[in-house]
Amino acid sequence: MGVFLNIILFGTEVTTKTLLANYHLDLFQTEVEETLKRIQSHKGVIGTMVVNAEGIPIRTTLDNSTTVQYAGLLHQLTMKAKSTVRDIDPQNDLTFLRIRSKKHEIMVAPDKEYLLIVIQNPCE
Amino acid sequence: MATRVRSGRFSPARSRGTEALATGGAASSKGPGRPGPLQDETLGVVSVPSQWRSIQGIRGETKSCQTASIATAEAAAQAREHADAEVQTEPPMPLSMPTASQQDSPRLAAFLRRVEGMVIRELNKNRQSHAFDGFEVNWTEQHQTVSCLHTLGYPPAQGQGLHVTSVSWNTTGSVVACAYGRLDDGDWSTLKSFVCTWNLDRRGLNPRQPAAVVEVPSAVMCLAFHPSQPAHIAGGLYSGEVLVWDMSRPEDSLLWRTGLTDDTHTDPVYQVVWLPVSGHSHRFQLLSVATDGRVLLWQGVGTGLLQLTEGFALVAQQLPRNTKLKKPTRGETEVGVTAVAFNSFDPSLFVLGTEGGFPLKCSLAAEEAALTRVPSSVPLRAPTQFTFSPHGGPIYSVSCSPFHRNLFLSAGTDGHVHLYSMLQAQPLTSLQLSHKYLFAVRWSPVRPLVFAAASGEGDVQLFDLQKSSQKPTVSIKQTQDESPVYCLEFNSQQTQLLAAGDAKGVVKIWQLSTEFTEQRPRETEDLDHLAVEVAT
Repeated sequence: MGVFLNIILFGTEVTTKTLLANYHLDLFQTEVEETLKRIQSHKGVIGTMVVNAEGIPIRTTLDNSTTVQYAGLLHQLTMKAKSTVRDIDPQNDLTFLRIRSKKHEIMVAPDKEYLLIVIQNPCE
Repeated sequence: MATRVRSGRFSPARSRGTEALATGGAASSKGPGRPGPLQDETLGVVSVPSQWRSIQGIRGETKSCQTASIATAEAAAQAREHADAEVQTEPPMPLSMPTASQQDSPRLAAFLRRVEGMVIRELNKNRQSHAFDGFEVNWTEQHQTVSCLHTLGYPPAQGQGLHVTSVSWNTTGSVVACAYGRLDDGDWSTLKSFVCTWNLDRRGLNPRQPAAVVEVPSAVMCLAFHPSQPAHIAGGLYSGEVLVWDMSRPEDSLLWRTGLTDDTHTDPVYQVVWLPVSGHSHRFQLLSVATDGRVLLWQGVGTGLLQLTEGFALVAQQLPRNTKLKKPTRGETEVGVTAVAFNSFDPSLFVLGTEGGFPLKCSLAAEEAALTRVPSSVPLRAPTQFTFSPHGGPIYSVSCSPFHRNLFLSAGTDGHVHLYSMLQAQPLTSLQLSHKYLFAVRWSPVRPLVFAAASGEGDVQLFDLQKSSQKPTVSIKQTQDESPVYCLEFNSQQTQLLAAGDAKGVVKIWQLSTEFTEQRPRETEDLDHLAVEVAT
């Protein structure tokens, strides 16, 4: 009998914890969305995306195929740029990557877990 | 039974007769109490032998027939090997899965907090920066000189002494077509003529062997590739016919022809042009000009015939007389048309070059009827709006600027190129480029101030008005023995290419140097300036 009661109590506790955790996650979720919206609303910004360490896009404002293309290619390029900087000077590290093209400027903010990619048309 | 009833009812006098009649014993024995003389009588059996059988027996014939034996065979078949495979794809996952990213949310939020300020700062800097203004990187190879890429020719045509009368690039810019004919003998000839095409992008291009050859019964005077169909090409013949071929079908290439009707030109067709049908962005009609003074619009119909849809006729009496043209004596004199060019900005406006040497400004929207008695299935109209001051001889080529609505060039037998503005009769400038004839003049499709001219001395001359308005910037020798160059055409897709055809039956593909293919800063303004400055 006592064993049975314990199980019930334990179950209730788990549910409460999950709910609390979900609530916090929702808060972070909103913060992430808000930040991306702020960047996206900047003048001349065409698209914003967040890519994880494997090069898989996890947030985007562009369409599916464009996002996959940008994410894959820029992830590779950023890794290459990072290793270039590290190879030249092991104490140094890549902090920001800007690519100027005829039509756009692509900015990549790297981190150990994520990449933030912003595509801007600077002369719009 | 009937006998019995009757004998009971009728008189005794008649009953005797009844007795005699009675033959059946059964009836008389059951008579109702009348002692009649009726007796049982036994009659002999009469038998009639049947003859049916015997007759049948005589007639009968015995016949026999047999079908061929039915062949049967037994066979067994069985598939013994089976293969089963199951395939299943996983349902496509949305790229940003809310469940997966939810777990990362705190770290993602922290990351974004870290980088947001930097990104916003850079975005703002980018907006305000002028660091890259006017900065151009040239990744493509720079060509310092004009060089000959290909020397194309069709030996059977060259063997007959035919000239290249016209060249045309197709809509993709990779196929060049040339027409063989003769410009110098003004006589009817029975010589076969050819239209040849080469695909310059094909690997293993053989300059002596065209990708497609079409034989034509009369000399071909002009060619024009279709603006959207890469294999369709129109040509005008010396006989006055206009034909359209599909070069992708070498066996049966003729698509449409005008045939020889009352509507067909009676003189050589000097130029054909494709025009978009107004209101239809993908349909085109064909415009042809000839020295019989007619400008005709054709539309291909299902039966393989080109049908006349609109027509214009030039009569000397109807030309606007704003220059000192010699007044024609009397009657109607047609004005031979030798060249046509359409305005790049107004699709109904075009310029005609004439045998009389004066360019004419014309409109497709003209309403006035032409004073001509030439038979035609549609009423012919007079298109002329304005007459420009003349050259010293027939005009062979006109070209409207692709960058300015009022400027056009003309070149003729006097060896001069005239730069005209649509707004005034006198040419803005007149340049003598040759002591012989000039056969072709074309504006560059990419550089507003560049044009090319083909001379009777075998040169292709490239003019850059930004550098010099007096002498050619580059003069290329196309032929070694100074035989004339008859036609040239810029490639509007691969802008570094220029094709030119000559009297030797050779088409040369020239690769232009970078100075002729890349627009300079302020070049369009300079062109506007040129049009205004000289005019005032």
